[in-house]
Amino acid sequence: MTQTIERPAYSDDPGDDLPARNTQTVSMAQAINRALHDAMAADERVLVFGEDVATLGGVFRVTEGLHETFGESRCFDTPLAESAIVGIAIGMAIRGFVPVPEIQFDGFAAPAFDQIVSHVAKYRMRTHGDVDMPVTIRIPSFGGIGAVEHHSESTESYWLHTAGLKVVVPSTPSDAYWLLRQSISSRDPVIYLEPKRRYWARGELDTSTPALPIGRAAVRRQGRDVTVITYGSLVETALAAADLADGIGLEVVDLRSLNPLDFDTVTASVRKTGRAVVMHEGPRTLGFGAELAARISEELFYDLEAPVLRATGFDTPYPPARLEKLWLPGVDRLLDRVTETMSRP
Amino acid sequence: MTVTTAGHVDLEPIQLLAPDGMATSDDRYQRDLPPETLGWLYELMVLTRDLDGEFINLQRQGELALFASCRGQEAAQIGATACLRKTDWIFPQYRELGAFLTRGITPAQLSAVWRGRWHGGPGFTGKCCAPIAIPIGTHGLHAVGAAMAAQRLGEDSVTVAFVGDGGTSEGDMHEALNMAAVTMAPCVFFIQNNQWAISVPVARQQAGPSIAHRAIGYGMPGIRVDGNDVLACYAVTAQAVQRARTGGGPTLVEAVTYRMGPHTTSDDPTRYRTDDELKAWAPRDPITRYRSYLEHLEVLTPRLTERIAARSKRLRAELRDAVLNTPDADIAEVFDTVYAEITPELARQRDALIAEVDWED
Repeated sequence: MTQTIERPAYSDDPGDDLPARNTQTVSMAQAINRALHDAMAADERVLVFGEDVATLGGVFRVTEGLHETFGESRCFDTPLAESAIVGIAIGMAIRGFVPVPEIQFDGFAAPAFDQIVSHVAKYRMRTHGDVDMPVTIRIPSFGGIGAVEHHSESTESYWLHTAGLKVVVPSTPSDAYWLLRQSISSRDPVIYLEPKRRYWARGELDTSTPALPIGRAAVRRQGRDVTVITYGSLVETALAAADLADGIGLEVVDLRSLNPLDFDTVTASVRKTGRAVVMHEGPRTLGFGAELAARISEELFYDLEAPVLRATGFDTPYPPARLEKLWLPGVDRLLDRVTETMSRP
Repeated sequence: MTVTTAGHVDLEPIQLLAPDGMATSDDRYQRDLPPETLGWLYELMVLTRDLDGEFINLQRQGELALFASCRGQEAAQIGATACLRKTDWIFPQYRELGAFLTRGITPAQLSAVWRGRWHGGPGFTGKCCAPIAIPIGTHGLHAVGAAMAAQRLGEDSVTVAFVGDGGTSEGDMHEALNMAAVTMAPCVFFIQNNQWAISVPVARQQAGPSIAHRAIGYGMPGIRVDGNDVLACYAVTAQAVQRARTGGGPTLVEAVTYRMGPHTTSDDPTRYRTDDELKAWAPRDPITRYRSYLEHLEVLTPRLTERIAARSKRLRAELRDAVLNTPDADIAEVFDTVYAEITPELARQRDALIAEVDWED
């Protein structure tokens, strides 16, 4: 079998020689579904499997239609066994397939942790580059949907602390589509975290023009005073805060790709504003905000007007649904941090 | 989906050669292999024993970080691997020197792991052999995945997972056996029950009648074989492989054997097992048993013995040479093999380390 997906090339000027635009307004869930359809159609090596992904079409209907279109051998339900879902993906990848397993909810990535950390992430190095591990692990992630325990977790720090994985988090339907296509065509494993709070948010999707590649951040809003660095569902929160930040210009950087990290875009923004607030849902201690704050301090200390601040979740287990609105970082917590950083001389 | 198991596992292991090397009366399995194959199996067993000793020597001389001896398990590993086609994939743990040699993986290649030059096993996948898997029991799932891949490729290749008695206690082995059974994956689970998981005896790993009995619950055939009888291991695995190859699904084979040496060169088995136990197993040495059989058949000619001795000497020299004279990897390789294309951050870190090393030089 030969690889039939070309890696979408990034163009700084997506203007001239591109095919006719094919733009539609879709939800993020539909965009992910479209990406899976298109990836499976483009490359017969692509396999989708997990719990309830085939007959049911996924608990969020994200894999709807794949089983009907591509058949049992390419989209199938597995036993309820997350370690197995990832473990068999490794064997399939060794034999040349491109597995796209689904872990049904963030909290259930824990049983697959050993396979991901001990094997998926290390297989290329262990074989001195002989074996590609083009496994994209989709994990519906993060909180804000009023779910029961284990259905609202932020797992990104675990994966970011594991060499060999790439980690991406889309915030728009377009990024959801393109980051997934790019993840599936990556020769390396990608943890693809789906912000389920944004599954039904609609946006433009142009399937003819590749979005920015993995490893590139996007500035979602220009501003002169404070750089807000975030990803996933909180990009929308940051944009809402920017609308409300009276007289303070917030620049919103959507990281999109946490590893590889586009620190150049962060650098350019922080150099401009001199102030940065990092926002993520997960617990504060050793969250990605800690790494970003450390790196900004190391590399951009003399560009800073104030310490880097964090608007995050807390070092507690994720709270019960009735309390999650209080716990999650929202517009108010972000604006508090913004005010705080502005009040420092 | 058809369940191919009879739901019954015989506690008495299949044995084609008695410990004294005489053929048993069991006529359910093929024993009359061609003389070349009989000789080849013997050669592999002797080479494995010799090289195992050489690895231990090199470790004792401070040249290897560690070594996990397979002494006593040669018949199991070699029998289970020799019956395969070259296109069948094996998924070893780390004690499978006999399987590696059978696959044509050189002792020099393997030495990279124990020397600490690189992880896993360089070039193993070129021989349809996965790199060694140190986290116990996790690679059974890789074997199942590769078997499911073979189904989708329309191949009739089979995968064999080598797991130990301790490994069967891991949760991943449950998931692997269940997944294989549900998907009828062409996968054979070859469990070397060598009685000990470091210091914990098999009786502390499980309470059932045998490891093979677990197969009943998974809906697959389970079979116990004398792991010190190379012909029985060959025949039983060949039959399981044939079943898998022809769409019959997975089999759980429990090879009852004995780890004659320590867990690794770092272990001291006198702390947990008795001399009496060692003495009880000594007469069941797989090589002695098989040699008696071949002498009886007059397959073991002086010419074959000389050839094996010469090959052993050459391989031991090659091993020693590889260990002593292969340069360490370049530190940049640690960074360059993490991703297909190095990330900007990793490139930065790599260059910083190289600058640090150069400065120290």
